[in-house]
Amino acid sequence: MAEKWNYTQRQELVNLSGEPPTSLGSALLVLGCPQVPVQTSIALYLINRLKKSGFVPVVAGNKAANTLLVIADPDRHYLGEVMDLDRAVAMITEKKRDFDRCFVFIHNDAGISYAATMGAISRAKVFTLVYGEHYDELVKQIDFPCTIIAAKAVHNPLPLKKALDEVTPWAA
Amino acid sequence: MGCVESMNYEILLRDQSFKECREYVRQHFKEYIDVQPGFKVFDIHLIGIPPIAIGLENDFIIFPYTKPCHGTFLLRMEDTAEAARLRTFKK
Repeated sequence: MAEKWNYTQRQELVNLSGEPPTSLGSALLVLGCPQVPVQTSIALYLINRLKKSGFVPVVAGNKAANTLLVIADPDRHYLGEVMDLDRAVAMITEKKRDFDRCFVFIHNDAGISYAATMGAISRAKVFTLVYGEHYDELVKQIDFPCTIIAAKAVHNPLPLKKALDEVTPWAA
Repeated sequence: MGCVESMNYEILLRDQSFKECREYVRQHFKEYIDVQPGFKVFDIHLIGIPPIAIGLENDFIIFPYTKPCHGTFLLRMEDTAEAARLRTFKK
């Protein structure tokens, strides 16, 4: 019978072997428009943390957002599967695929629409990463169930990284 | 705009929030249906904050179309068969 591991035990094994023992599940990163620079940096950071915790991260974005990540990680040290955002929405809606956690990057009104959509079509626990110059106004518009991770971050990713680290959404 | 680009559409609103587009549909079209995100119109899975309002005016369909970089457009398209199909969802 498989032993149920707690988070501390799993972290210890990660440190010993370099790989998590089992998958905790899948995580979808829904990218927004890449015009705000912190998105690509935080996406790679989040992917790394999720992988170390045993999640299988999948990225869904438009062509520009996906290409920024693929070019930044040519040997795929961090990136796993990358898919078109419209295709991801279609597959989840049609019940062909789903995820355990969903991280939606938001810096404009479209991002809120995508996050609300994910909350409605997916069984995943939704986390919203809200950033940009007017992040506080966007946070006020979020009236659906999700965990909000927000910071004023445009060029410097550290405020958003700090907010992420406080929530530890990669924890079991 | 993906497959929508190949279709004959009119843009009623642009540079508006999703909620403003929903209110516009409700205020300007007597006939509309509320649907959930992911609902398919033509070959498009709708993106938005539920409920999503789709307006109907004779053979015209008025619906929000959201893209990550461009926000939400309110589009108006003519299609007799699709308008008839959508009317079957009226309560």
